[in-house]
Amino acid sequence: MLAFVLRRLFQSLIVMLAVALIAFTMFRFVGDPVNQMVGVDTPQEQVAQLRQTLGLDEPVVVQFARYIYNAARLEFGVSYQFRLPVISLLGERAPATLELAFMSALFSLLVGIPMGVYTALRRDSWLAKIFQTVSLVGISLPTFLIGILLIYLFSVTLGWLPSFGRGEVVKLGNWWTTGLLTASGWKALILPSITLGLFQMTLIMRLVRAEMLEVLRTDYIKFARARGLKTRAIHFGHALKNTLVPVITIAGLQLGSIIAFAIITETVFQWPGMGLLFLKAVQQVDIPIMAAYLMLISFLFVTINLIVDLLYALVDPRLRATIGAH
Amino acid sequence: MKPRNLALAAALLGVSVLALGAAEAKPLKWASAGDALTIDPHGQNEGLTTSVNQHMYESLTERDHAGKLHPLLASSWKVLPDDPTTWEFKLQEGVKFHDGASFTADDVVFSYERAMQPTSDFKGYLTSFEKVSKVDDLTVRIKTKGPNPLLVNNTSSIRIMSKAWAEKNNATKAQDFKNKEENYAVRNANGTGPFVLVSREADVKTVMKRNENYWAKAKVPLEITELTYVPIKQDATRIAALLSGEVDFVQDVPVQDIARLKGDSKLRVTSGPENRTIFFGMDVASKDLKSDNVEGKNPFADKRVRQAMNMALNRGAIQRVVMRGESIPTGIILPPFANGWTKELDAAPAVDVAKAKALLKEAGYENGFSVTLHCSNDRYINDEGICQSAVGMFGQIGVKVNLVSQSKSIHFNLIQKNPPETEFYLVGWGVPTFDSDYVFSYMYHSRTGSQGSWNATGYSDKDVDAQIQTLSKEIDIAKRDATIAKIWAKVKDETIYLPLHHQSLSYGMKSALDIPVDVSNNPKLKMVAFKGS
Repeated sequence: MLAFVLRRLFQSLIVMLAVALIAFTMFRFVGDPVNQMVGVDTPQEQVAQLRQTLGLDEPVVVQFARYIYNAARLEFGVSYQFRLPVISLLGERAPATLELAFMSALFSLLVGIPMGVYTALRRDSWLAKIFQTVSLVGISLPTFLIGILLIYLFSVTLGWLPSFGRGEVVKLGNWWTTGLLTASGWKALILPSITLGLFQMTLIMRLVRAEMLEVLRTDYIKFARARGLKTRAIHFGHALKNTLVPVITIAGLQLGSIIAFAIITETVFQWPGMGLLFLKAVQQVDIPIMAAYLMLISFLFVTINLIVDLLYALVDPRLRATIGAH
Repeated sequence: MKPRNLALAAALLGVSVLALGAAEAKPLKWASAGDALTIDPHGQNEGLTTSVNQHMYESLTERDHAGKLHPLLASSWKVLPDDPTTWEFKLQEGVKFHDGASFTADDVVFSYERAMQPTSDFKGYLTSFEKVSKVDDLTVRIKTKGPNPLLVNNTSSIRIMSKAWAEKNNATKAQDFKNKEENYAVRNANGTGPFVLVSREADVKTVMKRNENYWAKAKVPLEITELTYVPIKQDATRIAALLSGEVDFVQDVPVQDIARLKGDSKLRVTSGPENRTIFFGMDVASKDLKSDNVEGKNPFADKRVRQAMNMALNRGAIQRVVMRGESIPTGIILPPFANGWTKELDAAPAVDVAKAKALLKEAGYENGFSVTLHCSNDRYINDEGICQSAVGMFGQIGVKVNLVSQSKSIHFNLIQKNPPETEFYLVGWGVPTFDSDYVFSYMYHSRTGSQGSWNATGYSDKDVDAQIQTLSKEIDIAKRDATIAKIWAKVKDETIYLPLHHQSLSYGMKSALDIPVDVSNNPKLKMVAFKGS
């Protein structure tokens, strides 16, 4: 077992290095950061001097090696635009992103599962058909469009919810801020959470529906019916329970992508999270922020995958046997 | 050079004062796409950063929304009669910093020295400075390396901070790239300005409250009690926030939304020229162009070709279709409020395809030629659209243009490289000094040393260079203006650049407000007076 864990850890490390390398080479094509930093009327000598200060005149390989060395010590450098350490910039914005991701995951589970169950049990009812149609919208409409439609409906036309920002936030401890303790914070969370969670909600609903239909056809459900158990007990006690295993796996894996793809939602709602910071960094060619963000996201995915792999090994006895044989 | 007094300046700014002495809270929420990068007064020389900072920090002089220079912290100034390299500034009396300390000559000397340090982003304005020294508590002298007739123009950009406060908080240097220790002045402010910083969260909001002890309180309306700046990146969200009433003032209304906002009775849109002109540049000097299909010759080197292309540009159509009316077509690369601008120079040639074709034929390009045009797609208003329509217009006279449009971070690199890596390009230029010399030395002077750094055309004329160089030393204003006119006549005739239009700005706001467009796009909200309250 230990050997397996070590091997997976090693593989993860390789993946991280590969991501870093690809990211680093890609940045060569987004343009020249120095141009963004200096005014149009800065003399050429000053520009050259700045390039040297930032180490941008060295070969890419040297820049990359230095970057990896620093990243290993959690030093991601100083942002070109803000002239502040990247790690603290990301740290300040992480609570906003994590809170949004958590709320949308919660929304997609709490709405997606009941909808899935309902559409599976009452396949032909008109409500189920409406759910199915709505879920098509969730899958086919791009996130930014959904966000803007929601803003126009709920902020501009009805005036119920704010169109941007996080509302009033409360500081918890030194580096965590939360919008969950104020009314305006909750109000501000609603639209972005729905926008971000709509796709996941649709996915979960369809998954639950398909799994549920599958399970309902199995023999043990038929036997349960034959035994005269109550429909309610069969549906929720037996069928739903067995449906949830794949749902939990998918939901866990999707959490990573909710965080990573919050960029668009954050931009539409001016949500002060890491995604907004990243997008601005791309426009301003702020390489330290871009690189750190990509590393962070790939770290997130690698970690989630690693945990899932290890969990599988624990849960599935057959897999454990093969590992042992190695 | 006796400056007018501030009361007149306030009247000139043209904001009507209807409500006087109203005690109720009048907050104003102000939004635009980006955030101030820092509130260190010398940290970043960038438009929005200046827009926000000028409400807390003030400089010796100030430009009003029309670009006219007025005294602010300095009450008067003169060049010493016996020494043309020394300027003397008399400072305003009774000015207090937000922390209550008095403003003196020491603060001015300290702030200028801070702005001249390598970590400052404003050192470029002060390269001609040799020394700033205190004469007495309310008098400062600036000694320059040579006579500098326009020195006072630069003083509106250098904001003054308190020496004692900066020393106490260890913020005597502007924030550096290398220094990981965060400078106190990055998140805290102590100026003499009309608004006092309450809180700042980068990328979320910056809250300021009215400075009840503002020294020039009697001279400006100063009705806003709380000023909140919020960045909203997405155009649609920003406009939605204005429509829903969550913000009161939007500094950058996208062209496609202007008509809609104008149709809303609860809102007002103001428009005006920005300090920026958009134009094409071309390589007039190379022996042969790499991107063209003419062997061994450079068509752009022929003045007739340049004139033909200038005639082919239908500026009116670009204004109507691409810019939706929100631009001012022009024939000169200098904004209307800058020194040296005249109506005659601003006139663009009439569109004349037949004559343009005839000129091309005369030059030996009867069948036209092809060339590559480089264009940015995220820097100026509808820059890509401008280039696309220009491609069609050049096509009408037989000049086949291949368009390459890309991000500003790549585009400007092509122009700045020496030698440049583009032979035909779009660029925009603003004139922060409000004087033609700025355009000449960056755009028309040969690329030598620090001169002509944005002149990617290769244009180099010894006479013109010599004339440009006299401008920075000539103290006699009338003589200087005559030289400026002479240079413009020459370079306009040469058609080195193909000017398109002056970019126009639009502000959107609630109808209770009437904020005029500021030519430098740094709206001065101390001038805001609410209507009908």
